[in-house]
Amino acid sequence: MTYALVAGVLFGLYFSLVGIGLNLVFGVMRIVNLAHGDILMLGAFIALGVVGIAGIDPLFAVPLAFVVFVLAGVLLYWVLVPRLQGSANPEMLSIILFFGLSQVIEAVTTIFAGTSERSIQSRLLGTVFTTIKVKWFGGKAGGAGPIQIFGQGFPAPWVIAAITSLIAIGFVYLYLYHTRLGTLTRAVMSRRDEALATGIDVDRVSAAAFGIGLGIAAVAGVFAPFMFGSVTPAFGADATVTSFAIVVLGSLGNPLGTALGGVVYGLCYMLVQTYLSSWADLLPYVLLIVILLLRPSGLLGRRVRVA
Amino acid sequence: MHNASKHLLFILAPLVVVFALLPGVYQNHLLLFNFVIFLILAQGVNIIYGFTGYLPFGYVGFFGAGAYGFAIMVMHLQTPAPLAVLVGGLVAVALGLLLTPLLRLSGAYFAIANLAASLAVLHFVANPALEGITKGPYGVSLTGTFNPTHAYYAAVIVMALTVGAVIYLKNSPFGLALQAVREDAVSASMAGVNIVKMRVIAWLASALVAGLAGGIYAWYVSVFYPDNVFSGEFSIFAIVFALFGGVATITGPIVGVLILYGIYNLIGFTTPQYFQLIYGLLIMGLVLFLPAGLVSLATRRGWHVP
Repeated sequence: MTYALVAGVLFGLYFSLVGIGLNLVFGVMRIVNLAHGDILMLGAFIALGVVGIAGIDPLFAVPLAFVVFVLAGVLLYWVLVPRLQGSANPEMLSIILFFGLSQVIEAVTTIFAGTSERSIQSRLLGTVFTTIKVKWFGGKAGGAGPIQIFGQGFPAPWVIAAITSLIAIGFVYLYLYHTRLGTLTRAVMSRRDEALATGIDVDRVSAAAFGIGLGIAAVAGVFAPFMFGSVTPAFGADATVTSFAIVVLGSLGNPLGTALGGVVYGLCYMLVQTYLSSWADLLPYVLLIVILLLRPSGLLGRRVRVA
Repeated sequence: MHNASKHLLFILAPLVVVFALLPGVYQNHLLLFNFVIFLILAQGVNIIYGFTGYLPFGYVGFFGAGAYGFAIMVMHLQTPAPLAVLVGGLVAVALGLLLTPLLRLSGAYFAIANLAASLAVLHFVANPALEGITKGPYGVSLTGTFNPTHAYYAAVIVMALTVGAVIYLKNSPFGLALQAVREDAVSASMAGVNIVKMRVIAWLASALVAGLAGGIYAWYVSVFYPDNVFSGEFSIFAIVFALFGGVATITGPIVGVLILYGIYNLIGFTTPQYFQLIYGLLIMGLVLFLPAGLVSLATRRGWHVP
């Protein structure tokens, strides 16, 4: 029981990281990024590349993935989104547009990397910490063993992923509530047209949010090989649906709600898997539908007027 | 001549005749069958997306429900195949009824919820705990009813009915009312349109055709797994085909299926990843440059496209 609860929280924090980028993009641009899971997958491949080529701790892939995908996101924004926003029904068409993008990403990755499952030895993650410990405090070198929480052992990568997620969510909070661009972002989120009317450069704000959303997704992807065991180019689609469940659970358009949604999701997932394992696959979808029907605005959502 | 009868004569009749005669000329019957199935699904998407604006991202849920409705009737009650196909359609309608609350959601929320619903049905059917009823993830084998020739003609009949339904929507006050609801629900309801009833009827109609198609598919292939008949590709293909040609028209989805599924069969089987790449780029280009589909090339020049 304790094991399931703690594992649920650890996974939940990670799931929040998975969902938060999607939520930022949807909240700011009203665009459904169906390629979200594929960005995750690409992040995982960056981690694979860092381990495979440089042979260092995959944690170094985190800043690399973030920077690469912030730039890619800003670029992609200017190529795709302004044209999309000009069409008759941007919200619907965005689903199809980003589905196309996800197909392209998946195909290109398959052409270059093949369809086989890739994984990274989990003891590689966090070696940077043990190395520092050895250098500064002496002691034995070696892979990080399981970490003890409440008397139960958990794989070290789970804990590291959860801590990274907390830090990333903290940064998103700082960005949204303590920087000028963040304040503008929230203005665009609540009323796009009024923000435009007050002279906010909506495109610039949106491009930043899109970049950050993709960057965070790629960071989440770095940990995917450890949390899910392995990745394939086709892994993206499932990840997208899971992210949606988390985001809707928390409430669309409220990035901090996603943190709550992720934890609730993680807890439910672990509990169902412990007690009713054959029904665990069903959970995210049923949860998603029930939440959408009962509280379309999510757990923390404000009431929105639907004309 | 009346518009509707013109459409019946010049669009539906040639289509049915061509697909009824082709098996005698062309040997790859499975390919022809798949064309007919995708014509049904694309027109089914057209009914719900083209005329009401709801994007059914989990449309395959109805298809799979129909296939499993067929399989369960045949396995447990030894029903004759045509009857089991009808039951498959009804199972899909029942699923549609169960999902009517989703119509309260709008825009992307509906699409996501519908996708989740189809995946939920997949995991429900594929659950090992239900092995006694659905055979769980181990798949279904229905060799007793295997008869591809009859199944093919059944598919052509359902295709004719579906295209007929779209012709009706295109030429009737009912279809006009639906489009009014799609454009502006509030104004339409002020003008005396019963929004809820309209949407539910269109929703159930599109569920019915997908369920019938699923039942016929099960009849034709006779051995399948949950992952086959609930494959997201059916929804995606149907939506993309319909959009590529142009929704809310009769010819659009037909053109879309013939062109895109034709390309798919030319290059898709040998090098699937290159097809996927071309396909993805095609979809993106379509949304960015031709959001109203191929038919908009003609309508922009002022030609009328049915």
